[in-house]
Amino acid sequence: MPWLLTAVALAGLSGVPGLFMNRYGSGGERIACALIVAAALCGLGAVVQVFYDGDPLLLAWSWNIPGAAFIVRLDALAAFFLMPLCLVAAAGAIYGLMYMAQSHHPENGRQFRLFYGLVVAAVMLVVCAGNSLLFLFAWELMAVSGFFLITADDQLEEARKAGFVYLAASHTGVLALLAMFVLLEQGSGSFTFPAAGLLVAQGGSAAAIFLLGLFGFGLKAGLIPLHIWLPAAHAAAPSHASALLSGVMIKTGIYGLMRLTSFFSEIPFWWGGSLLALGALSAVFGVVLALAQHDIKRLLAYHSVENIGIIALGLGMALVGRSLAEPLLVMLGLGGALLHVVNHGLFKSLLFLSVGSVVQATGTRDLSQYGGLSKHQPLTALLFLGGAVAISGLPPFNGFISEWLIYTGVFSSAGKDVGGGIAILLIAPVLALTGALALACFVKVFGMTFLGHPRSDAVVQAKEAPALMLAPMMVLLGFCAWIGLLPQTLGPLLLNAVGSWNSAALEMPTALPLQSLTNISVFAWVLLLTCGVSIWWLQRRRHHVVRSLGTWGCGYQLPNQRMQYSAGSFADTIVALFHFGLWTRRHGGQARGLFPVGEHLTCHTPDIVLDRAIIPASSGISWLFVRLRSWVQNGLLAFYLLYIALTLIFFLLWFM
Amino acid sequence: MTDINSIILLVVILLNFFILGSARLVACIRAVALQGALLALLPVIVHGFSLHSLGLAGGAFLFKGGLIPWLLLRAIREVRIRREVEPLISLVATLFLGAMATVAAFLFADQLPLIHASQAGVLVPASLATMLAGFLLLMTRRKAITQVVGYLMLENGIFIFGVLLSTAMPLVVEAAILLDLLVAVFVMGIVLNHVNREFSSINIERLSALKE
Repeated sequence: MPWLLTAVALAGLSGVPGLFMNRYGSGGERIACALIVAAALCGLGAVVQVFYDGDPLLLAWSWNIPGAAFIVRLDALAAFFLMPLCLVAAAGAIYGLMYMAQSHHPENGRQFRLFYGLVVAAVMLVVCAGNSLLFLFAWELMAVSGFFLITADDQLEEARKAGFVYLAASHTGVLALLAMFVLLEQGSGSFTFPAAGLLVAQGGSAAAIFLLGLFGFGLKAGLIPLHIWLPAAHAAAPSHASALLSGVMIKTGIYGLMRLTSFFSEIPFWWGGSLLALGALSAVFGVVLALAQHDIKRLLAYHSVENIGIIALGLGMALVGRSLAEPLLVMLGLGGALLHVVNHGLFKSLLFLSVGSVVQATGTRDLSQYGGLSKHQPLTALLFLGGAVAISGLPPFNGFISEWLIYTGVFSSAGKDVGGGIAILLIAPVLALTGALALACFVKVFGMTFLGHPRSDAVVQAKEAPALMLAPMMVLLGFCAWIGLLPQTLGPLLLNAVGSWNSAALEMPTALPLQSLTNISVFAWVLLLTCGVSIWWLQRRRHHVVRSLGTWGCGYQLPNQRMQYSAGSFADTIVALFHFGLWTRRHGGQARGLFPVGEHLTCHTPDIVLDRAIIPASSGISWLFVRLRSWVQNGLLAFYLLYIALTLIFFLLWFM
Repeated sequence: MTDINSIILLVVILLNFFILGSARLVACIRAVALQGALLALLPVIVHGFSLHSLGLAGGAFLFKGGLIPWLLLRAIREVRIRREVEPLISLVATLFLGAMATVAAFLFADQLPLIHASQAGVLVPASLATMLAGFLLLMTRRKAITQVVGYLMLENGIFIFGVLLSTAMPLVVEAAILLDLLVAVFVMGIVLNHVNREFSSINIERLSALKE
C-alpha cells in the first residue's frame, strides 16, 4: 500500500516544482518527468505486489466528511487498469520532453505538466477508491484536469470548443453518477463500496442504478451514442495527452461499469443484452466513422470508440454469462475485456505517439497532405506499423489475443443449448466485421502516410523524431509484442482479476480455457519467424530488380503525386456502403463535358450524434430562450415590478 | 381608541385612491405627506404614551410628513414637471385596479392565521391595501417622481404593519427603514436631476437603454 500512496503523491505533485522555475528553462520539465516515471515505477510495484500475493491491498482512514472514508483498495481488477496507466503515463512523460519542450512552449508548458500529473494521480485514485465520495472526488479531479490537457493549445478555437464539449459531457455524466451513488447507498446502507456479489438486485432500484451507471460511465468511456466529446478532444490535445486520455482515462468508464456490476449477486439478462447492443453499435460505427475521417488524430479517436465497443462486447458477454450461470462465458468475456483494456491502452498510445511524431515533423494532421514518409521517418513508420497490426487484431501482436478470448467465448456457447445464446453468437460476425474494417482503415492510414509519394512540401522536409521520442514508443511496442508472443504469462493474472469480479467464475468443471493461450504463443512465434524469413528473402532478391516506376504507379510512365489514391478515394467504397449511417457531405468532383476544366472535390463526414443531432437541438433551444428572454427581459421597470408583485402574490396564496 | 384608529386608517385608504386617481404631481406628494403624518399618530394611539411609541411617532412625522415631501417638492420645482401626462394605464383603470386590490386585501386579511388581537380592526387589510396601491403606482406611472411617491406608499403600508408589532419591533429597525427611505429619496432626487439634464425628460422608459 505505501507503494500506491507514494505513486499517487509523486504523480499529483510532479508538476508543482516546475511552477517555481524559470519559464524558459528545462529544469521543471525534467523534474516532472522524473517524478512521473518514479510514480509509474511505484505503481507497478503495487501491481506486482497484488499479483504476487494474490490478496487485495487495503487501507482505511477516516475522513472528516459525512459518509466519506478514505478507503483505498487495490485488487486484481483495479490492478489491471493500473498497469497500462503506469506504462502509458511514463512513456508519455518521457515523450513530452521533446514533443512539448518547455523552451518551445513557454506559455502553456508548465500548466500542462501540472495537469498531466494530476490526471495520472486522479486515475490511480479512481481505480483504487473504495468509497463513493472518494471515488467521485477523484473522478471530478480527473475530469477537470483532463479539460486542461485538452485545451493546452487554448489559442486555437478548435481546442477551446473541444474542451467545452468535453466539460459539458463529463459534468452531465457526473450528475448521473451522483444519482447512482445515492441510490446505491440506499441499497447497501453505506457509501463504502460493498464487497463483490453482496448486493441483491431489487427490481426498479437496481435497474435505475444500472441505467444511470451505464449513462454516466458510458459517457466517459465513449460508447456510441455517448461518444460526442471524444473525437474532437483527442484530436485537439497534444499527442501524449491524447495517448493518456484515449489509452487510459476513457477506460475508467469501463472500470466503473465493471466495479458496479461486481456488487450485485445476480444480474438480469437485459443488463448484458443492452451492453452487447451498445458495444456492437460502437464497434461497427466507431470504425466506419474512423474510415471516413481525414484528420489522422480524429481517426484514431474514432478507433478508441471502436475498441471501447469491443471491450463492452466482452463485458456484456460476461454479464450474460452470469445471468445464465455459465462460468465459461464469464471467464472468457471478462478476461477478454480486461486484456483488451490493457492492450488498447498500449497500442493506442503507441499509435498516438507515433502520429505525434509525424504531426510534429510535417505540421499538419491532414492525411491528404502526407505520403512517402517512410523514407524520411523509417523508425516512426515501423513503430506505427506495429501499432496498426496490433489494433487491427492481427497476430503476433496483443490485439489478437484479447479478441481471441472473446471469440473463444462465443464459440464455446455455440454447441450448448443456452437460452439467449443467439445474442452471444451474434458477437462473432460483429467482431469479424469490425476487425476487417479496422484493417482496411489502417491500410488506408499507413498507405496514405508512409507509402507512395509526398503530396505536399511539408513532407519533403520532414525529419526523423529524436531518440527521446522514439524510445518510449519502442518500450510500448515491446510490451505489445510481449503480450502477443507470450500471452500465457498473463493467464494467472487474468484468473485472479476475474475471480475478484465474480468468484463463481472460477469454479469451472472443465479444463481451464486459458490454456489455449500456450498454443497461440507457439503459433505467434512461428508466424513471426515466417515473416522474418520472407522479409529477409525479399530483401535479398531486391538487389536484382531494376526499379523504373514509382510504387502504385498504375502503369503510367510519368505519374505525378496527384495521380495517387487519396485518403478519400481509398475509403470511398466502404464509406458508400455505410452511407445510411454516415451521411458524408460531398462538394464538386463532377467532370462535365468533353474537355472538362479543373474540378475540386471535398468530402467531409461530420459526427452523426454531435453535429447532426445535439448541436442543432441545442441551437434550437438557445434560439427559443433568446426569444423568450427578449420578451421577459424587456428593460421596462414597470414589468419588473409586475414580476415581483406576481411572485409575491403567488407565494402568499401558495403558503396560505 | 379603536374608533379613532379605524377612522385614520379609512382616511389612509381614501388617500390611496386619491393618489391613484390624481394626475397632478404636487397633489400626489401632498397627499402622501398627509398619509405619512396621519400614520405617525398610530403608534401612540395603539400602544399609549411611552418613550418608544413617542419616538417612533415623532420620527415618522418628521420624515414622512415633513422632510421627504419637502425634498420631493423641491425636486419638482427644479425639473418643472407638474403633471403625469400619459400613464401606462389610464387613471380610471388604475383606480378600478386599486379598488379591486383593496377588496382583495380585505378578503385576504380574513384568511390570514393571525392572533385574535391583530384580527380586530382594519390594521392588516389597510396595510395590505396601501402596499398594493403603492405597487400599482410603481407599475403604472412613467415619471420618476411618481415612482418615489409609490415607494413612499409602500413604506407607509409596511409602517402600518409594523405598528402591530411595534412593542416587539425595536426602534433601531424602524429607524433603519426610515433612514433607508431617506437615502433612497436622496438618490432618486440626484438621479432624477441627472436624467433630466441628460435626456431632458424624466420618463423612466428611457432607462431601458441600460438593459443588456
